[in-house]
This record gives sequence, structure tokens and C-alpha cells, in this order.
Amino acid sequence: MTTTDPSTTAREPQGKRRLGDLLFAGSAKGSGILILLILAGVAAFLIGQSFDSLSANTANFFTTKEWDANTRDAPAFGVAALAFGTVLAAATALVIATPIAVGIALFIVYYAPRRLASILGYVVDLLAAIPSVVYGLWGIGWLVKQLGPFYTSLEQYLGWIPMFAGPVSTTGRTMLSASIVLAVMILPIITAMSRDVFQQVPQAHREASLALGATRWEMIRMAVIPFGRPGIIGGAMLGLGRALGETMAVAMILSPQLVISWMVLQSGNQTIAAHIALQYPEATGYGVSALISAGLVLFAITLVVNMGARFIVARRKEFA
Amino acid sequence: MTTTTKGSATEMPGDGPPPSQKSLLTGSLPRYAAPALLAATAALAAGVLLAFGALGIAQFAVFTVIAYAVVISIASRVVENRRQATDRLVTTIVYACFGLAMVPLVSLLWTVLSEGLARLDLYFLTVSMNGVTPSMDAGGVYHAIVGTIAITGLAAVISIPIGLLTSIYLVEYGQGRLKQAITFFVDVMTGIPSIVAGLFVVALWMMIFGPGKTNGAAGAIALSVLMIPVVVRSCEEMLRLVPNELREASYALGVPKWLTVVKVVLPTAIAGITTGVMLALARVIGETAPLILTAGSSAVAINWNLFNGQMMSLPVFIYSQVRMGGAINYERAWAAALALIVVVMLLFFLARLVSRFFAPNLSR
Amino acid sequence: MKLSRFSTFAGVALAGALALSACGSDQAVDPEGGGAAAKGADCVDGGGTLSGAGASSQENGMAAWVAAYTGACEGTTVNYDAVGSGAGRSQFTDGSVAFAGSDSSLDEDETKAATERCGSEVVNLPAYISPIAVAFNLDGVDKLNLKPDVIAQIFDQKITKWNDEKIAADNPDADLPDTEIVPVNRSDESGTTENFVSYLSEAAGDSWKHEVSGDWPVKGGEAAQGSSGVVSAIEGGTGTIGYVDASHAKDLGTVAVGAGEEFVEYSPEAAAKIVDASPAREANTENDHAIELDYKTDEAGAYPIVLVSYEVACMEYEEQSDADLVKSFLGYVISEEGQKVSADEAGSAPISDALREKIQGSLDKIKAGA
Repeated sequence: MTTTDPSTTAREPQGKRRLGDLLFAGSAKGSGILILLILAGVAAFLIGQSFDSLSANTANFFTTKEWDANTRDAPAFGVAALAFGTVLAAATALVIATPIAVGIALFIVYYAPRRLASILGYVVDLLAAIPSVVYGLWGIGWLVKQLGPFYTSLEQYLGWIPMFAGPVSTTGRTMLSASIVLAVMILPIITAMSRDVFQQVPQAHREASLALGATRWEMIRMAVIPFGRPGIIGGAMLGLGRALGETMAVAMILSPQLVISWMVLQSGNQTIAAHIALQYPEATGYGVSALISAGLVLFAITLVVNMGARFIVARRKEFA
Repeated sequence: MTTTTKGSATEMPGDGPPPSQKSLLTGSLPRYAAPALLAATAALAAGVLLAFGALGIAQFAVFTVIAYAVVISIASRVVENRRQATDRLVTTIVYACFGLAMVPLVSLLWTVLSEGLARLDLYFLTVSMNGVTPSMDAGGVYHAIVGTIAITGLAAVISIPIGLLTSIYLVEYGQGRLKQAITFFVDVMTGIPSIVAGLFVVALWMMIFGPGKTNGAAGAIALSVLMIPVVVRSCEEMLRLVPNELREASYALGVPKWLTVVKVVLPTAIAGITTGVMLALARVIGETAPLILTAGSSAVAINWNLFNGQMMSLPVFIYSQVRMGGAINYERAWAAALALIVVVMLLFFLARLVSRFFAPNLSR
Repeated sequence: MKLSRFSTFAGVALAGALALSACGSDQAVDPEGGGAAAKGADCVDGGGTLSGAGASSQENGMAAWVAAYTGACEGTTVNYDAVGSGAGRSQFTDGSVAFAGSDSSLDEDETKAATERCGSEVVNLPAYISPIAVAFNLDGVDKLNLKPDVIAQIFDQKITKWNDEKIAADNPDADLPDTEIVPVNRSDESGTTENFVSYLSEAAGDSWKHEVSGDWPVKGGEAAQGSSGVVSAIEGGTGTIGYVDASHAKDLGTVAVGAGEEFVEYSPEAAAKIVDASPAREANTENDHAIELDYKTDEAGAYPIVLVSYEVACMEYEEQSDADLVKSFLGYVISEEGQKVSADEAGSAPISDALREKIQGSLDKIKAGA
């Protein structure tokens, strides 16, 4: 990328500052500061409103699984089960989506005919913008019905793996279904990121390996993947961030329980975001405030993940 | 957002059909070998599955792909060499990945289209749900369209100036600590889960107006929190693409800096900025969770007033119809989903048009 | 040049959007036809706007009432925001709505706060009774007799097979398979859950030891959102059983619940009976009609699992128009015709004449403050 930073290279005209300049620069700077204020506001309001319920909570917020907050009288609630479910759903989605997304990115950049590739690139971008509620509708209206029989046979043949242990939920509204829909949703994000880095692999690297007699796979393995790995990881982390915060699709599909369970074929677990959406409308007492505390935890988790992603992507820029 | 660097993608030796790499030492499979083997395994798969009475499209596809992968690697191993065999195996896997990913995406679009078209007509688009009782086969999404336009409109009115000015600050003025801080926190903001943005406004409203207040403006503010960082990011990228020579020429003519920005930099980048804004709009127009929390989910009548009463929007309409759960509700939900996807695609299409017709002829 | 081309483009887009937005209407249905207009409504002269908010359980019933009432009374608008019981009660207490719909009566603190807001007595009027059906999906079986403690043990996952002898004992004729029982509960906080759980804890005695709240207390089983979600989960699985608002249970097998010595099928009349047979809440004031449901009633033919949703109102309003509108609208809601409308549309159980008389007595006394 050959972009320059005009603020350092282009010297602005010296001389007395004009009123227009002052106003314009001031409002630009003001907007920037406003963004900082908004973000501080988000954090401050969430913390402020959650304080109410957290101080009244009679259970340990971080280790309790139950959610009994809709009362004014000794609420007891915690995010242990919710946080676990959130991470499990997003991580499963990531495990499913990343290899496939890298495959698609490779297909678009190195395998597909060029004309098809440009159309596919556009389609992938478009898919990233399909609203999550539509994915949820599709998941509940079509996907879970197809997955039911698939789960039964999965348990039949792979039931010895603890994660796939039965009894299988007969409705198909399981953690795995939710994760599959999440995977479909983050697929375009990871694909787009990976495709971008694959296209930036220096041509010299690729031609050099081909000239040495490498097959196409060897060229990808030795020249493309090492160069693109931080980009893939960064894309995956961004996808993870999206999956962690995804609300509607999970709320519509998953049959939730406030438990900590690895059994992805049984009904169970719940994510923070979906829990908030489901509980908010009838929340009373400390309910709303407690949900805001849960939202704060979600905010913290996504923050950590996103920082990680930025760090990894930024490191690539330094070494590239 | 993503940037596509076209330059390096064009003349790639790896593009198109696999180059036939004749080796002097080993033989190679003829060009027709791959399609022939694929057809053979497909036939075999169909046969075997038919014999077991388990012929379904899914089983057929899975069986064919696995069988083909095995057969082609063995064939290549025998005739060519181990490295070629691996290469052919990976090629199969990459194509299979692509095929696998197409399944949910095609089915998503197909289901929405086929289910949605049943109800999507002029009547559906031009009436609200006012006075429609659960047993009636009536009602439409007009009030939700109104809400979507009003809420995203206000969100855009809030976000675009803030986002654009901030990006101008970052590119044209910013320096030092403040610039770093803003860049960093815009990144942080990009990662805010949408429901947290909703909760933020809930908390804000609770402090200002007391509990349980919902209106369109609250929804718009929640959407702005999500939209601002996207606008900043894309505008920043576009402003950076404006060549410095233009700025310098303008300064050389004695034009003040702010006029340079307004009259030279912005017009040059306007196409990219518009595209970016439209993509940001497309992203927030489908947000559901923050709107359920802030703008309510039970409005049935047309409401243009952002500051009074609940406001329906298309995504929330889909969700609340699914929640009610009758057959007629699902029909409405699918039709509204189709309408929503059409709106998003339209925004995408417009963004494309804008960037094609108004793109400055600079470097390319 | 670029900018002017751009603004033409933006102008065209804007004009298109405006043209599109100019042709919608709020008249989804023809107000003249369809019999939507209510004959029994006692309209307020000059009309006005009445706002209420609260329980989503009443959403469908309210939609029917509002459609019929505003169809009959020209110039009157009624808004009901189904924001949830809790939010509805707090909006009522704030004074931002004139009445609230709530799945439970106001508790002591809320009554105190609401009394302050009204400057007078605040009343809970049980105007919406919805039977809760226990529905199941089991091949070859469409009726089951279950005693309260058996229901409790099924939902508590103590009984795990359909051919358990405790179930078989009350169902000698049914062909019960050796299938796992999959209980389905509501995943969202709801008044339906709260009422079902309080029924279990009252009626099932020692078989149900969980606390009563709007959240489902048992781990395991399936969960789904809303009554419709529960129904589709029951339909989608096998050996499933769940509790839903009766209006949703049409196509499923339902349980006749043991009450006293007999087993009672849910029906509107049977549900209305339990409400009549239950005593008034002790804390009630003269005009307040909140009830304590008697789940263990011996009343013959009473179906004990019901959701009673209240309309919460003040006895005195500051504005004359508010008082008149509340009186008139709630009067229509509890009228015979109003109750029939919501029974047809939302599957609720019409209240009995005796209860209607009591509520009407309170409504008659609503007035505007000095």
C-alpha cells in the first residue's frame, strides 16, 4: 500500500490562522474528541447502571450459573454459564468457519477463473451484510429441520467422542446448530480478510517457488500461507468478535439452559447476548440492571478478542 | 472494511485452469483424467447409495467428494508422483470447501426468495399492522419501513458528520497522542457488540427519562454508536487515497487549508466516501437487537415521530412475527426478510454505481 | 462538476424515497367491513387518546379490543405497547401511561408508589384470563390424564419415560411407548412460566420444591422462546411435553389435569371457574379485585392452570378525559362482547358475570380528581 500521511508530508501554508481554518479544524478535532466521550459514556453508563444490581447481588457474579434477578428482594445471579456458552458458541463457530473460509479465499484468489473470482468477491461482501435476523429466520425455518437427522447419525457413529454424546435433542435446536449458523455468518468476514492478504502476497515469492518446480499447493504452502498467516488469524479473531456479540440468530435458534455443558448435541447453554434479548422485555426489579452487568461482561470479552486481533494484524504490518 | 488491491491479483500464473506441468522424469495424468474420474466416482456413489437405499443429495455429494479425493490421489500417486498427488488432493479440498460454503448461502437466498415472494405485494408494502387482529389474513410492513427509514435516517444524520469530521481530523490535522488515542478507540468501538450498544442507550435513557421509555430516537442513537466507527474507517481510507500533489497545488495557490479540504480533498474522495457511507448504512439497517431494547417491538401503527412512542423497523418486525409464531406470522416474516434483503442489496448496488460513475480518474 | 453530478444523483435517490414513502396507510383492514366495530362500546364524546403499556401476554387480546373499540368510537385512539409487565408497571407508576397490563398484581412497594402517582387508590382488575395447556407430542396418544404431582415430576425430570407406571396408572387405555420424556419450557422470562410454576408448587406439594419466578427453575430439557416457540419445539421433537398459552395448543395432544378427584380438560369455562372459586387477595382495598388463585380447588370442573392478567388503573385521574377514556375502554374490555372478541382472537377465557359485575362496580367509581 502506497498511502502517505499528508499531515506529515504536506506542509500546510504558514502565516496567520484564518477564522475558517480555526472553526474547521476545531470542529474536526471536536468530533474526534466526541467519539472518545461517547465511548467513555458507553463504559460509564453501563458500569453506573450495573452497579445497582451488583451491589445487591447475594451470589458471586462470576461463579454463579443461576439467573434470579427479577426481584427487589435478594437477587442472586451470575454470568458463569452465560460466559461459558458465549465463548463455546463462538469458538465452535470459529473452528467450523476458519478452514472453510481459508479454502474459499484460496479458491477465489488462486483457483477460480478471474471473471468468476471478481463476482465471488462481490458476493462474499454482500453476504457479510445480510442481517443477522434473516440468518436466524433461515436457521429456525429451514436449517434446524435438516440438522435433526444429521445429529442422530452423528451421535450414532461419533457418540464415543464426549462432545457428541447423546441423548440427542430431537428438535435440532442445539448449541451446534447455533454455532453452524454463526459459522455461516462469520464465513464472509474471514474470507474477505484472508482474500485480501492472499492478494498481497508478493508476486516474486510466488513466481520464485513456481520456478523452482513447486506444485500449486507447494507454492501456497511455502509462499502464500506464511505470508498470510497473521491476516488469517486477524480475520478469524474479527469473526470471533462478531460471533461473540451475535444476538438474534442465537436467540431464535438455541434451546437454552443456564448450565455449563460441552454436549453440543443436547439442548443447553446460553450466550450472554441472546440471554439479554430474551430476558429484557419482561425484566423487573433488578432485572434490567443485572442484564446490563451481563452486557458489560460481554463488552469486556469482545474487547479482549478485538485487541488481540488488532495486535496480530498490526504486527504483520510491521514485519511485512 | 476490506480493501482490494487489484494490481497484484491480475497477472497471476496460478490463475485459471491448472497449468500442465510436464515433468521429464515422471508421467502425468492426461487432461481429461480429472473430469472422467469425477464422473466415474459420481456414478459409483449413486450406485452404491442406491444399493443401500440411502440416496439423498447430501449423502451423494459427500460420498462423491470423498471417493473422488481418494481415487484422484491414488491415480496421481501411481502415474505421477507424491507431490502431484498432494497437489491434486488439495485442489479437490479447496473446490469442496467452496462447494460446501455455497450450500447454506444458496439455500438461504433460495428459502427467503421462495417463501417471501408468496406475500410480498403492493398491499403488503403499503399498509401497516394497525387494527389487524391475530386471526386476520391482513396487514403489512409499511410502518416498519417508515420506522427503518426514520431510525436509520437519524442515525445517518448523527453518524455521518461526526464520522466524516473525525476522519478529516485523523488524516488532515491529527497528530500526536490525541490522534493515536482516537485511532485506537475507533478500533475498540468497531468491536462493540450491537446488543451492548442497545444496553448503553437503555442505561442512558434510564438516567435521563426513567425506566421503560422506548422511542425511535433511542434506537437511532444506538445505531449511531455502531455506525460511527465504520464511517470513520472507510472515510479515513478514502481521504488517504487523495494524492498529496492536489493539496500542495492548492496550498501553492494560496488557498487556506480548510478550503483545500472542502473544495479539493472532499470532492476528490466523494465517491469513495459515499460508497463507504452506504455500506455502513447497509450494515446498521439490519440491526435488530439494539432496536428491540430501545425502540420497542410491539408498535403496529405508522409512527413518523422519533421522539414519541415505540417504532417498528423491518428487522424487529421479522423477529416479532416469528415470536408470535402462527403460519401467517411466518409468511409475513419471510416477506419482510425478502424486503429487507432487497433494501440491503439496493444499497450495495447503489454503492457500486456511485464508486463506478463518480470515481476520480487518478492513478488508474 | 463532480459535486453537481453527485447532487443530481442524490436528489433523484431522495425523490424516489419520498415518493415511496408517500403512499402508505394505516388502514390495513377496511374499518366498515369485517364486523370489527364494537356495538357494546360506550364511547366518550369527543374521543381522545388513551395510552396503556405492559404485559405481552395480552398483546393479541389487546389488538382485538383496540381494533373493535376504535372501530366503533370515532376520534378515539388507544395505544397499547406490549413492553412487558415490569416495564408496563413502571411506566404506569411514572405516569406516562394511563393504565398498565400486568401478569401479576402490584406488590406492596409498587402499590405504594402507584398510589402516590394516582393520588388515590390503585386497582388491579383481572380482565384477561388465559388457560395454560399442558401439551405433548407422542405418537398414537392425544389425551392424557395427569395428576399435579405427576406433572411436577415429569417437568422436574424425575419421571423420564412415557411408560412410567405413575403415568400409566391414570391412563389405563393409552398405549404408552418406551420413549424418553423431553420437557420443553419457555426460554424467555414470562408470566406463563410464573403461573405454571406457582401452580406446580401449590398443587404438587412435595414433588415440586423449586422457587416461584418468571424463569424456569429446572435444568435440562428443551427450551424455546414464547408460546409459539414452545409449540414448534413440541411439534418438532418426539416425546416432548410443554406448557403453552391454550390458544397455541390447537393441534397438539393436551393433558387433562387432575383437580380434586377428577381430571379436567382445559376449556374457557373451566378456566373461568377457577378464577371465581379463588378468594380475593387479602391486601385488596374496596375496589381492588386482585385474586389469590386457589390451585388446589375442589370446585367441580375447574381447570386449575391459568394465567390471570390484570389491567392496573387509578381510581382518580387528573384529567377528566383520562378518567372517561379508561372507564369507557376498560368497560368495553370486560363487557360480554369485549370478552368474546378476545376469546375469539386470542383464545382467552371470558370472565364470569359475577366478576364482571364486581369490576364494573369499580370502573363506575373512577373519576377525575379535584
